[in-house]
Parts: sequence; structure tokens; C-alpha cells
Amino acid sequence: MTFFIPFMSDYVAAGFPSPAEDYLERPLDFNELLIQNPPATFAVRISGDSMTGIGLFPGDIAIVNRALQATHGAIIIALVDGAFTIKRYDKRGVHVQLQAENPHYSPIVIRDDMDFEVWGVVTSAIRMLHPTMKR
Amino acid sequence: MPLIALVDCNNFYASCERVFQPTLRGKAVVVLSNNDGCVIARSQEAKDMGIAMGAPWHLNQRDYKARGVYVRSSNYALYGDMSARVMEVLKQFTPQLEIYSIDESFLNLDGISAAHTDYARNIKSTVQQWTGIGVSIGIGPSKTLAKVANRYAKRHHATGGVYALTDPQAQETILSELALEDIWGIAHNLARRLRAVGLNSPLDLRNSETSFIRDRFGVVVERIARELRGESCLHLDDVTHDKKSIMVSRSFGHLIEHYQDLREAVVSYTSRAAEKMRRQHLAAHHISVFIETNRFIKSDQQYRAHYGIDLPVATSDTHLLAHRAIDALKIIWRKNYRYKKAGVMLLGLEPIEQVNDGLFDRADNAGALKRMKAMDCINQRFGHNTLMLAGAGMQPKWSLRRAFLSPSFTTHWDDLLKVD
Repeated sequence: MTFFIPFMSDYVAAGFPSPAEDYLERPLDFNELLIQNPPATFAVRISGDSMTGIGLFPGDIAIVNRALQATHGAIIIALVDGAFTIKRYDKRGVHVQLQAENPHYSPIVIRDDMDFEVWGVVTSAIRMLHPTMKR
Repeated sequence: MPLIALVDCNNFYASCERVFQPTLRGKAVVVLSNNDGCVIARSQEAKDMGIAMGAPWHLNQRDYKARGVYVRSSNYALYGDMSARVMEVLKQFTPQLEIYSIDESFLNLDGISAAHTDYARNIKSTVQQWTGIGVSIGIGPSKTLAKVANRYAKRHHATGGVYALTDPQAQETILSELALEDIWGIAHNLARRLRAVGLNSPLDLRNSETSFIRDRFGVVVERIARELRGESCLHLDDVTHDKKSIMVSRSFGHLIEHYQDLREAVVSYTSRAAEKMRRQHLAAHHISVFIETNRFIKSDQQYRAHYGIDLPVATSDTHLLAHRAIDALKIIWRKNYRYKKAGVMLLGLEPIEQVNDGLFDRADNAGALKRMKAMDCINQRFGHNTLMLAGAGMQPKWSLRRAFLSPSFTTHWDDLLKVD
């Protein structure tokens, strides 16, 4: 039978107990790094080039947290008239615009007669750079 | 007085599809059983159209098309993942959560100081925002009354999807207006026997003499009567599950660290779930396993995960299900965590007689069991998967008709939602 011996990284200092002593060393966990709120976090695939100005390219994975409120300036996944789009949320007063980060696209101005919903707030993005990486 | 909330996802399968496919919103949507056989779930619009549960697809295909009904094959990978998310959100609101089925959970609200309907509305809007799934919430002093309250919340729009059945006067009124069959755990036959002794409504049952009920109908019906009075005494094992899912989960007496112990637990829950399923003459098309650490021990590193596996041929065979459960466990298990709880859920249930390949699926079939054992011996000796069930690995085309399957948005990298 195999036993796993927990490995403690902190040496024992005389006098002051270190609060870090309670924690076992673990490998870096990318879930922990990228996912703040697991039940509310979704991954989506970027398919367009409207956000290339801030480094979001087709094929990139955007990580979306639905629990966050969209605030002015946030990158969001929006539903506009039934279609998903990734844009920068531009809200001044009651006026909402969805800004692209690519000079070839003009902003989407949200009017009252449009169906608009914030589907989630983008918190990070992942891009595979080497051909051996699955994407 | 204890207070229990039943949170029930609205039209769950259709709602899961809609989170990622907004074109389905406001439309009649039906989800088909394994092999696209018949309707197993409907959106509200499809219900309002009069489309029946169990309606065979091949007979109604043209009619649905003409009426603009959207059709989806059942996608258990998606529904299982969305269910785990909803339950995870609910856990933030109570230390005591009992998962009853893929889309229903009981929350113990004891010790919650906030006004309970406000609290429930907060739960409802949080689940909606975080997961995109709409829920209805019923509150009562017992599970049975919480279920009655939930039904009321679903049917009366003025409630906004949240209703507390705590006022004794309201309990009397509502129980007098319901049919016996509307009460959880009372099936048609039992209702007839109750009527035969003059108990015509749930209110009559509630007001009847406890000892009379126990002598005449047994302890489970006695519990139902007590529950209607607001005494919380029903265990989830007492009542048969809905036909959508079978769930077995337990917290361990002490925290488990070793894989072997966890594996033992998962295998025993799987065999319990398979037993329950066979009792209802059902077979499953999907098995999902979850494990979690104790989130109340803040100093412990936390981990929770679930994994679901599609079974090409529906089965109720304990051995086969246990193998798949172990496969799932191997994928999610991580060392150096102390686990508090594990669970097994069986989905995509269909009557055993409908299963295409009837040779291996019944564990009460002695021949099949012997074959299973022989197979296991060979596999142990010569390596895993030396011998496989013909249906298990090779995926015969006829057994996997899923022509309207939506992508597995939350479980496959290749299936992620595309955003322009």
C-alpha cells in the first residue's frame, strides 16, 4: 500500500508560529488561478476578430464568471438580439454601448427596442502557442 | 419548528439547452429519450401546446415540425454538469442540503435568521444569475409540505416562483383543494385505498387518527400523514424517485483520504442506486460520480469534482455500472485531499423492456451475472478491457441515435460555446 507523506515547506521557527504551517505544499493549480467561483464559471471559444486590439484572437478561450456584475469598462459576453458577442461594456448613465477593440468594427449602440442581456463577465483568456497543444 | 425549502429547477433539461442556445428561448422545446425514442422533457411552451410526456418522436415528427417545435436529443453530460452547478450554488445558502434528484434539492433553513421568503428569493435570483437556470422554491415545516408549496409556487404566477406554506389556515385550504395523488409518495393505488375508507383529500388524511393509518396502511403512509401535519419525519429513501434520475450520496462518518476507501464507497453507492433502479424496472444510459471535501473545515484544502459517462447501451447491471463509476472516480480523484462525501447519480432512465440489447442488462438474470463474472476474471488476469461487452466499447450505430444532440458546452473543449 502506498502512503502519501505530506510535505511541509515551512521550517519550524522558535517563538512565533507561522500561519502558513497549516498548509501543505501542493503543485500549482490552474483551476485555482483562473476560476474564482466554480459553479458560475464557464469557458467559451472566441470566434471573431473584433477584440484583437486587447489581444483576444479567434480560437482563444475566454473564461467567464456569471456571478460578477458588469461594470463600465469590463469585457463581457453579451446577448444582443439572440446572438452572443464579446465586447467591452461601455455604460455611461443609462446609455449602453458595446465597444469593439478593433478599428474595423463600430460600437453596437443598445437601443430600447433591442434584446440585450449581459451573459457573463470575462475574467481571463487562454491561448495555446505551440502546435503540440490541443486547441 | 424546522423549516425546509424545496428548490426545483423549472423545465430543467430544456432550461439547460437554453442557457447556451438563446434561439430556444420562448419557443416550444422537447428533449428526446435515448435513441431519440420519445419526449422526456418539455419547455413550458411545449407543455402549453399539449405535447405529452412519452410522446413517440417518430409518430409526431411532422407535426412538431409544422408547429415549430424545437427538438433536442438528451445531453446528459450537459444536464449533469449544470445540475452540479445549481447544487453547488445552493450549498452556499445552507449547511444542510439533501439532493433529491437531478433537478430538486431540499434545504434545511433552520437557524437562518432572515425572513424566509426573502431568503428564498435571494436563492432563486442567485441560481438564475450564476447558472442561467430558473428555479421555483416551496417552503414548509416538512418535506411533504415544502413539495406542496413548491407546486403552488410553480402554478401561481403571483408568487413569483417562491411560496411559503407555514400558515396553518393556508395549509388547510390548500390541502383540501388538492387530490391525494398530488401528494408526494401517494400513487394511484394507494389513493384508491385511502378513498375506500373515506379519506378523500390530503386534508382528510392529515386529520385522521395516526394509529388507524399505521394499522391499516403501514408506517410510510403514517409518515406522510404526519408530514402533512408539519412533523418532519420522512426520509428520502422512503419515497420512490422521479423517473428522471436516481441519486445515492452519503457523507462519510470520518474523512477519507485513501483512494481504496473512496472506491469502496463509490462502488457501494453504485450498487444501491442500481438496486433502486431495478426495483423500478429501469435501466440507465448515463452515470455520474461526484466527490467533495468538507468545506466547513477551512484549514483543509478544498476540492470537489464530478464526472459523467455515457453508456452506449442502457443497463441496470451493477457490475457494469460499478466499472464505469470507478472509471469516473479515477478521473476526478486527487491525492492529498480529505474527502467528506461522494455520490452516484444514474440518468437517462428507461424501462428495461425498451433496452435494445436485453442480454446483459438484467443483473437478476443469473446467466448474465455468470458471464459478467467470467469476463471480470479474464480481465483481471489478462489486463483491463481484454474482454468487453460488445455494446460497451464498439458503439453500435443503432444504439446511439442522437440526431439532435447539442454540443456538450461545459464538458468538452471542442464543444465550447462560440462567441463572435
